[in-house]
Amino acid sequence: MAARGVGALSRVAGRGGGTTLPGKLLWKLDPGSVDALGARLQQGSALVSATNGKTTTTAMAARILGANTRLAWNQSGANLLSGIASELVSARRAELGLFEVDEGALPEATARLNPRVVALSNLFRDQLDRYGELELVAERWREAIGALPDETTLVVNADDPVVASLADARPHTLRFGLDDPRHARPALQHAADSKYCIRCGTPYEYAAAYVGHLGDYRCPACEHARPSLDIAAREIELRGLVASRFRIDAPAGAVDVELALPGLYNVYNATAAASLSLALGASLSDVQAGLEAFSAAFGRFERIPTGGKTVVVLLVKNPAGANEVLRTLETGVPPVLVLALNDAIADGQDVSWIWDVDFEPILEHVGRVVVSGERAAELGLRLLYGGLPDERLEVEPSLERALDRGLALVDVGTELVVLPTYTAMLALREILSTRGLVRPYWEGERR
Amino acid sequence: MRIVVGHLYPGYLNIYADRGNIAVLDQRAALRGHELDVRSLGIGDPVDPDAYDLLYVGGGQDREQALVAPDLAGKSEPIQAAHASGVALLAVCGGYQLLGRGYGGRDGSFMPGVGLFPHETVAGVTRMIGDVLLECELDPGEKHQLAGFENHAGRTLLDPGAAPLGRVMFGFGNDGESGLEGCRLGRAIGTYLHGPLLPRNPWLADWLLAQALAHASGTDPQPLEPLPNTLEAEAFRIAAGRARKRGGRR
Repeated sequence: MAARGVGALSRVAGRGGGTTLPGKLLWKLDPGSVDALGARLQQGSALVSATNGKTTTTAMAARILGANTRLAWNQSGANLLSGIASELVSARRAELGLFEVDEGALPEATARLNPRVVALSNLFRDQLDRYGELELVAERWREAIGALPDETTLVVNADDPVVASLADARPHTLRFGLDDPRHARPALQHAADSKYCIRCGTPYEYAAAYVGHLGDYRCPACEHARPSLDIAAREIELRGLVASRFRIDAPAGAVDVELALPGLYNVYNATAAASLSLALGASLSDVQAGLEAFSAAFGRFERIPTGGKTVVVLLVKNPAGANEVLRTLETGVPPVLVLALNDAIADGQDVSWIWDVDFEPILEHVGRVVVSGERAAELGLRLLYGGLPDERLEVEPSLERALDRGLALVDVGTELVVLPTYTAMLALREILSTRGLVRPYWEGERR
Repeated sequence: MRIVVGHLYPGYLNIYADRGNIAVLDQRAALRGHELDVRSLGIGDPVDPDAYDLLYVGGGQDREQALVAPDLAGKSEPIQAAHASGVALLAVCGGYQLLGRGYGGRDGSFMPGVGLFPHETVAGVTRMIGDVLLECELDPGEKHQLAGFENHAGRTLLDPGAAPLGRVMFGFGNDGESGLEGCRLGRAIGTYLHGPLLPRNPWLADWLLAQALAHASGTDPQPLEPLPNTLEAEAFRIAAGRARKRGGRR
């Protein structure tokens, strides 16, 4: 297999994980090979897509399902067809394909892999320069889902009106959502999407809005409302930046889950992963064991000890995701924050999204913010015009110097919270791996 | 002095960080001892042409834009009257399109606009996406550059003789061909540039404030007290560099 040889070569040459290189080759030489390799999986494939949380949701499902099944899983987040091709090449003995899929690549992936289950979690405004407007992505999804055979089970987030509507005409569906109004936001966020009724255009009324426009909605004019939940997270307890606890109610029973990840958005991810796994035949005890053993997906949330201090890295990449990360900080605003904004294609070349992020609740309480990355100045302006006093802002475009400056500012025994965009996160990991503090991800957990 | 801003449809048209533009106007006014009083104007709200010193219309996704378009067209008369009496105006992206005569869809449909700006927009097939750098001369002899980001499928065609906001140095501009970007009509500015526009182009923020203050005080526009703009200049420098490197590529 020439393509597998290229992967090993790419790693030996130190060019990085080599996660998509053989796939790129294969994809270029013979796109139909993805169909053929996918068809060899005895238990078929399951696909996960969403604007936010697809890497974490897929990794959680891998924890749940991986205990009993050999998986082909694109763990590193290479979620285009080339990344899926790579994984299919290297995981020869796999029984089940479990793939996160880029929103734009979903139609191609569903057409080629003929999945058993497709799980769709949310659509938020994200990288408009790359994906186009939300409605455009939704329309492509609608076509892709419409073309799937009846046997495919569709798992949808009932709390997202646009995503939930994709299941309307499907015979096999599982609808999941949150049901704990104690955690509702008092109002929709500034940049909430899909807040107008998908049938008649009237603004939805929310019995509870949990994350962005996700929640328990009802249209006062035409009565279009959140469908009833097959799988619900209830009795949710959030513990700041540390953990959460909740109960998952499913048709087969209920199970309590202790999750070592912060934030309501991770409760959504866990509920999505639970629903996907149940649709694939996992038991509730598999779900519980898998979620409780789960730590974090690559680069999304990491604690890295360094010289008596701990660097906490939380990936941010679009307004809805960043808002939720900031919300986990609201209960205990850290004295020092490092924010890093890059503008490569993977980050979004259009940096206007930072103005849709609700930084304001944090700015009142944070002691000092170091802004970094290629667009550090832009981020600095966002915070200054958002009300951060001049003397609490430091601008340091170099990520390495910003990291060291942040570490110098926090006390021994405490944490430094760093919020990077995607390529800034990769660069930070590179810096920390050079210092021997984290392992490169391709040497990480193998299954 | 109090500057009253009428912000049209903030719940619908906010896709490209329009609140950043408002925040910049607010703070730069406050630093000169003025107060910005921002009032939302939604669907069905009447526009009193005498109540505002500056009107703001942002950009929206297609769906939201279509939801407000008929209402905005119905506000044509008071908006034109306000403009004629010297009210300043900034319209970005979708707002810029809707303030022209209208938008022609690819299916042959025509969505009428406000008819303030002398232009029409037609739907294009490919989107024009990327960093932009313009050269502007709003007041004779005062040349400035503007750095922003554009993302639009519509091609906006200015009437012969209509003034653009600026000439495209890098990027696509109104239609990807004419070398013109935006429209300037008296104290009204329309543009595709977001990013948002004003934080890294403080001279334009101050120009708009000066126009709004002139309306509020009934005098000619006066220069505003200068501010340091150090970080603004750095953000501009990097954005302008991006436009030089990657603006206007399909």
